[in-house]
Amino acid sequence: MAVETETPNDTKSTDRIEKRVVLRAPRTRVWSALTNAAEFGTWFRVKLEGAFAAGKPIRGRMAIPGYEHVTLELLVERIDPERYFSYRWHPYAVDPAVDYSAEPTTLVEFTLEDTDGGTALTIVESGFDRLPLARRADAFRMNDNGWTGQIKQLAKYVE
Amino acid sequence: MSSKGSAAPLFAALGDATRLRLLGRLSAGGPLSITRLSEGTGVTRQAITRHLHALGDAGLVRHARRGREQVWDLNRERLERAKRYIDQIAAQWDDAAERLRAFVED
Repeated sequence: MAVETETPNDTKSTDRIEKRVVLRAPRTRVWSALTNAAEFGTWFRVKLEGAFAAGKPIRGRMAIPGYEHVTLELLVERIDPERYFSYRWHPYAVDPAVDYSAEPTTLVEFTLEDTDGGTALTIVESGFDRLPLARRADAFRMNDNGWTGQIKQLAKYVE
Repeated sequence: MSSKGSAAPLFAALGDATRLRLLGRLSAGGPLSITRLSEGTGVTRQAITRHLHALGDAGLVRHARRGREQVWDLNRERLERAKRYIDQIAAQWDDAAERLRAFVED
């Protein structure tokens, strides 16, 4: 089953990613999968130590093959039961030789709504424009995917 | 493949409203001369020239001769790279959302 991605970055700036998916599961179930640290770790593939709490950091090792050397640290911002969950982190902080702690973070936000047959989840990650240039350059080297439509998007963005 | 050294000026070059507007114009109807690119911008030809050179240094635009005129055009391949970081992160979210789906729909 493919994820329904209704909003690729076509109309966005380079600052923000937004994804909306409809999950065929009750809102309570999705909420638990997002905000119970052990459940989050299962699908996100990170072994988190402890629980999510607003204003508190939580860390753990990635469990994605090839990324096991990466320690992830999330700073939980807000937990609004069954509706909204947000944290900050350093995206793509995969080089153990680099100290990312002084760099700006991005904000990740999960928003839940009831919808026909399940739960609509919106994931937004924003703040990329504040990241150091070298960090964004790193990802260029790691990602060789093609991309089309840049010019049109750019035109839309500036007009 | 891009090195850190060549990607950084790319973002610096994109981080300016006038330069983004120049890229927008070139994308809509390039190649264009500096005279055409200056029209209606309220920015002097000299300033436009400086911005074009900044974009050129980052590899985003190129210039060529058209008759007696010098014209500027986009380097489209280079522009694509400006988008890839966010594509990479977006792809990771696609994967994560798939795993979440499998987890909650079971």
